[in-house]
Amino acid sequence: MELRFTEEERAFRQEVRDWIDANLPAETRERMASGRTPTKAMQVDWQKRLYEKGWAVPHWPVEWGGQPWSAIKRFILSEEIQSTPAPSPLGFNCNMLGPVLIAFGTEEQKKFFLPKLASLDLWFCQGFSEPGAGSDLASLKTRAVREGDHYVVNGQKTWTTLAQHADWIFLLVRSDPGAAKQQEGISFLLVDMKTPGITVRPIITIDGAHEVNEVFFDDVKVPVANLVGTENRGWDCAKFLLSNERTGQARVGASKERIRRLKLIAKEAPGGARPVMEDPRFRSRLTDVEVQLKALEMTTLRVLADENRALSQRKPNPASSVLKIRGTELQQAISELYVMAAGPYGLAAPNDPEADGRNEPDVAADWQTLAQATYFNWRKQSIYGGSTEIQKNIMAKAFLGL
Amino acid sequence: MDFDLSDDQRLLQDSLAKLLKDKYGFEQRKGYIKSETGWSREVWAAYAELGLLGMPFAEEDGGLGYGTVETMIVMEQMGRSLTLEPFVSTVVMGGGFLRHGATAEQRAAMVPQIAEGKLLLAFAHTEPQSRFDLNDVATTAKKDGAGWVIDGRKGVVVHGDTADQLIVTARISGGRRDRDGIGVFLVPATAQGVTRRGFGTSDGQRAADITFDNVKVGAEAELKGGLALVEQVADETMAALAAEAVGCMEAAKDLTVDYLKTRKQFGRPIGSFQSLQHRAAEMMVCLEQARSMAMLAAMMAGEKDAAERRRQMRAVKIEVGRNARFVGQQTVQMHGGIAMTMEYAGGHYLKRLTVIENMFGDMDHHLAALSEEGGVFLAA
Repeated sequence: MELRFTEEERAFRQEVRDWIDANLPAETRERMASGRTPTKAMQVDWQKRLYEKGWAVPHWPVEWGGQPWSAIKRFILSEEIQSTPAPSPLGFNCNMLGPVLIAFGTEEQKKFFLPKLASLDLWFCQGFSEPGAGSDLASLKTRAVREGDHYVVNGQKTWTTLAQHADWIFLLVRSDPGAAKQQEGISFLLVDMKTPGITVRPIITIDGAHEVNEVFFDDVKVPVANLVGTENRGWDCAKFLLSNERTGQARVGASKERIRRLKLIAKEAPGGARPVMEDPRFRSRLTDVEVQLKALEMTTLRVLADENRALSQRKPNPASSVLKIRGTELQQAISELYVMAAGPYGLAAPNDPEADGRNEPDVAADWQTLAQATYFNWRKQSIYGGSTEIQKNIMAKAFLGL
Repeated sequence: MDFDLSDDQRLLQDSLAKLLKDKYGFEQRKGYIKSETGWSREVWAAYAELGLLGMPFAEEDGGLGYGTVETMIVMEQMGRSLTLEPFVSTVVMGGGFLRHGATAEQRAAMVPQIAEGKLLLAFAHTEPQSRFDLNDVATTAKKDGAGWVIDGRKGVVVHGDTADQLIVTARISGGRRDRDGIGVFLVPATAQGVTRRGFGTSDGQRAADITFDNVKVGAEAELKGGLALVEQVADETMAALAAEAVGCMEAAKDLTVDYLKTRKQFGRPIGSFQSLQHRAAEMMVCLEQARSMAMLAAMMAGEKDAAERRRQMRAVKIEVGRNARFVGQQTVQMHGGIAMTMEYAGGHYLKRLTVIENMFGDMDHHLAALSEEGGVFLAA
């Protein structure tokens, strides 16, 4: 048992840190540090820089632009990106669709899409959830009917994150409504968002942000060449996609950055007789979250060490289920601490020049007006990507035999 | 980064697991509690035979030269079986004091005896007023020619009733709560002026209340290191207890999950109810988080930077305590009435976990101290 990073790993961390410092545009860093999400232009610009450095998709096979790195080294890169903070490579492209295409795609699909996914020349969004298919994803109804060399798609997807930026969408559709099991009649399609018949309608979430959308499909023609894997076996792709990148979900690096920043803020934040940080109740709550985050960091490293083994030697690791559950709980807990630190000035909602056309300065500091918005927004974390309840169902079945 | 055990470590784990399987069924344990010592001399001799009692000592002192990972492995197994023997007192704490604070001559005299199971130690530190503060020492040690005279009272000395030698903290100089001026002394339990009153602890183990009345010891009785030595041993002990808690929690979780599968109500196994499934899953989350911290503890127990070691160990104590409390309580809750009985093992895990939670500082104690010290993640 050796739980320390090697000399080489520490040197690599420094290399990554230096490179990010030299290459991350100041306005991107500033926006990220304030707790906002990057603009589309910032995301694309930054991912292109990572791509040119060879760091956008290190977990892919080398022939498709990956790096022959250990899981630890990949973790160090992603942790440094999160803790700067800089935008992480777009998950839909790099962690979801990319690995699916590598495992299930045709040679033509790989050659056409993989480089564009890695460089973000094409921005993909994820068309899984539907109004009637949330946690029970396999009950989805969006219909694909094959007509010659294309499918005709009709139906509705929802909670489609950043569909407003997307060039393409990967889609789960029902291709065989008569299949014996729900899971057996589903196919996985790639669809150009410019195809006639697609309508994107914004959903504004409780924080006031436009992050998710409804996407409607009205007689949308999709070439059969855009089917991934075998027709009616799309559930295999979906399951594979959902089981990938377990360690990414904990987002320990991002949480550590948020805590470091909160400590600086709380030292200055007015708390009546003394700064907020000097309130023993606040400080003790903060420390309590840090302690839990430390445990999660160790659990992440345990899962990572496991991922470092050859596939054949891996055992299903119950520690991996911990990552989603505790990782999201802790991100949410940190957002609550920001609300506490902000106090009354946290009541001011942030201006949104894109939405309301105004461009006045906020009445309070950026972090204050964002505190409650982020808190509201982050309630999503224990809902998406398999809710906490679904994770517990999985644990009870897979690890406890209940 | 490697969380795997070596072949030798696996062998250690397996041999101890086998021994405890033979000697430490829950019914056998009940017998040990009722015995005169409150634990089993026979099991202690078996530990000696296995080499466990000399484990942490250097080979030149007559030990095996094992490290903190081996301690973690052993403690986890002992936690699973809710063992009662004075392993922590003699080997972890006593061993720590001897390794870090004793002279080569003292080690040469004592380590072989400990390894053979013939010498038992106990750490006499807590006082009626001190609560969890290691620096709060009212017991005094006054110079007496070349030696010392010790006066004071120590409470809840775990396994102090059967120990042969006591490791006693006493104030040489300064005020009651000063960090400086604390001495650590080896005192034979049978020395004139030592009065011991043994009692049972809530987890079925034994402890003693000990008074020192004009107790004379020689100059060689003082170990080197003062409060820093005490803190180092406390940290090593906290790491060992974290591993023991993980063993308890895992066994409690297994016992509970088995029960959920077999206990039927409303015509079906109660494990088919989702509210209990989710609680069992949460127990597993707690167990894994605690296990991660026990591993961190094993790594940090040997850390040279004392302040860093203290901070990380506080985090371990807090997180293991939190998760142990959940697992202990839910073991009883999900079993229902049966785990409320002395007859059944379930409730005994809650008892031991509660004692561990309150040894060397509870969660609030360490949370307050850790937040004073700047938290877990210090600003770079």
